[in-house]
Amino acid sequence: MLSAAGSRLARTNVLHNNTLLKCSATQTWLRTCRQSRCMSTSTTEKERTRFPGAIANYTQELKFKVPKNEEPIETYRVMNKKGEVINPECDPNLPEEKVVHMYKTMVQLQAMDNVLFEAQRQGRVSFYMTSYGEEGTQIGSAAPLLPGDVVYGQYREAGVLMYRGFTLDEFMNQCYSNALEQGKGRQMPVHYGSKKLNFQTISSPLATQMPQAAGAAYALKRKGEGHCVVCYFGDGAASEGDAHAAFNFAATLDCPVIMFCRNNGFAISTPTNEQYRGDGIASRGSGYGIDAIRVDGNDIFAVYNAMTAARKKAVENNQPVIIESMTYRIGHHSTSDDSSAYRSIQEVNYWDKEDHPVSRLRMYMTNKGWWDTEKDDELKKTSRKNILAAFGKAEKVAKPSIDHLWTDVYDEIPESLKRQQEELKEHLEKYGREYALEDHEKL
Amino acid sequence: MLTSQRLAQSTGATVYSRLGMRASASFHTSRSLKALPTFVSETAPEEFGETKRTNMFQAINSAMDIAMATDDTACMFGEDVAFGGVFRCSMDLQTKYGKDRVFNTPLCEQGIVGFGIGMATMGHTAIAEIQFADYIFPAFDQIVNEAAKYRYRSGGEFECGGLTIRTPSGAVGHGGHYHSQSPEAFFAHCPGIKVVVPRGPIQAKGLLLSCIRDKNPCVFMEPKIMYRAAVEEVPVGDYMLPLSKAEVMIPGTDVTVVGWGTQLHTLREACDKAKAELGVSCELIDLRTIIPVDMATIEESVRKTGRLIVAHEAPQTGGFAAEIASSIQKSCFLHLEAPVERVCGWDTPFPLVFEKIYLPDKLRCFEAIKKTSAF
Repeated sequence: MLSAAGSRLARTNVLHNNTLLKCSATQTWLRTCRQSRCMSTSTTEKERTRFPGAIANYTQELKFKVPKNEEPIETYRVMNKKGEVINPECDPNLPEEKVVHMYKTMVQLQAMDNVLFEAQRQGRVSFYMTSYGEEGTQIGSAAPLLPGDVVYGQYREAGVLMYRGFTLDEFMNQCYSNALEQGKGRQMPVHYGSKKLNFQTISSPLATQMPQAAGAAYALKRKGEGHCVVCYFGDGAASEGDAHAAFNFAATLDCPVIMFCRNNGFAISTPTNEQYRGDGIASRGSGYGIDAIRVDGNDIFAVYNAMTAARKKAVENNQPVIIESMTYRIGHHSTSDDSSAYRSIQEVNYWDKEDHPVSRLRMYMTNKGWWDTEKDDELKKTSRKNILAAFGKAEKVAKPSIDHLWTDVYDEIPESLKRQQEELKEHLEKYGREYALEDHEKL
Repeated sequence: MLTSQRLAQSTGATVYSRLGMRASASFHTSRSLKALPTFVSETAPEEFGETKRTNMFQAINSAMDIAMATDDTACMFGEDVAFGGVFRCSMDLQTKYGKDRVFNTPLCEQGIVGFGIGMATMGHTAIAEIQFADYIFPAFDQIVNEAAKYRYRSGGEFECGGLTIRTPSGAVGHGGHYHSQSPEAFFAHCPGIKVVVPRGPIQAKGLLLSCIRDKNPCVFMEPKIMYRAAVEEVPVGDYMLPLSKAEVMIPGTDVTVVGWGTQLHTLREACDKAKAELGVSCELIDLRTIIPVDMATIEESVRKTGRLIVAHEAPQTGGFAAEIASSIQKSCFLHLEAPVERVCGWDTPFPLVFEKIYLPDKLRCFEAIKKTSAF
């Protein structure tokens, strides 16, 4: 790593020297021009363009802006892999109670992932997606938000929802598509949503939430109650046209929205070097006129600090902010994916064993004397127990009433749909026994 | 009643195309004018109160003015709406309601609709404009996968019912491939949205106000050829016309004829010709709302006439006439005395120089009435 950075620096120096050489050549040419009176004064060089599309200086140097020659945006970090704060001034100094709560939520999230991943393997739920490796990104970014802030997610943000107060029962009910689920069993597992927690319901099409988040932020700005929108998306989703739309709309319409990218290195099997050639996602900010920062997503305090500052910018200045949180997707993309088909177990193990957000925070807490092995074992045991209890409960709840096939398509069931409802009713009167109707709640 | 000359003049006067062209009335030759239907003004119900001579873009402007005045959360946005819009529909609204309520967006249709959905999910009223219906396709994903399913997929936790997408549609005489399309059937296959097409200024104002205030996302397609051409006495006040309710425009006894938008004016001419030359009495129905559709009104009519013709500008295969034809043959099988006829655009892209022979014009509609009634 170091040598790579070194060679990049060396290359930059060489280029810098070349530029100097070119500059002096240009100056000679300029002198010649002045002597021949083709240019009157040295101010010509400083003259600003008047093109409406961009106001800039003129130059006589034929020079492309070459992204490869620029240093990548630095990754903001507060503590190292051992949980030691590198610069005490950066420590958010959160109270013990809050830090422990953040840690407990991360562990609870892991426990839920473990149980539901296994449950899918046993065929008890149809689908699941874990958050392994991204616990710090999720909890760290959720913590600075106010309850009135609106969240739009992609699908790997269960931790955000958990931190905001979504109960284990609610998670389980959704994955089980049972009658207690807010979504009435209509969407696949992990497509959570909660009105009371201001978390917009997840949908599968990638990046569609991004311009929506900009629009929601515009509405919040008009409401003027000091709230912002946070929009999560992955590095793959950022390639969608809707991401471009969202960045540009958010910037031109001054929307208080935080565009939070979880850059975990993969979009299913596609590594980031097949996803983009620029400096990740954060570098796109300047192209859109958006303030951007890159953070170490395995460092919960770095994420927390960046989010706190971004929220302040968004709410106080009505401006968008991009946060790119660098992580590694330790788990498979989903239960329908085997990630060993496209990456090595050694690579996964590095992030799991040597640079993990949960262990890093645990070390921080241990260093502070707030935590020990005994407490940790106890927490893990309780977390799993809580999950299993909620899981068992959700499994026993009936499926939603079949009448909910028809509700919520529109605010009211239109006549045209009532005709189909009638048709199904007649059919089920004859063949109902073939459809396991007894699994469904009676309305 | 407008003469066809006036229709063409006022239609073609200032049509700004996406390419930055300005088409003018002189584009039309006297021969091409004959392809355009004559707009016949109607009388608004008396209870809607005082009226004013208004063309369709002014009626739409009036609807948005009322929507903005009666709802502080209402905003209208899209490409070039701030200065009044390329068809003048948002004239003076920014001056009246401010830059934060009437504003230009970047040139990006998926962004416009996504942004509108977002506003609507916060309980605000979003009136988004897509400059031409031909350019709504980049937003197809946002409309079909997002707007239409927002309420259903969240179990009613969230919805974007405050969203209305307005878009100029249909033939305009010289719009070629991308200033002429009628994409309603693409959207008819999508549960969760409403799709509405008005036939003139009175209808446009009342139906647009209903769309804006409806609790469901609506796509409102404005037949652009009528923006200036169609003029009638439009009520100046606040009124709404019902959605999902077809209207019998002209009662008749022999053949049921169904259409929407500009096509109704072509059909009216064909019906008049059928009456005069064949003594056939047509019942002309304006469907008004494509989905959720009011099939009952058509059924009632077909049970009486025993014959049905559906006509639309859009291509035949997969067009909405197919849905009507198949529904009616099922529900009115014993009443039908002739096959259901469809008179539609051909299954080609919308052509420039062949527009007149592409469109289901008066003669093709007349011929269908003749065949059907003689079957």
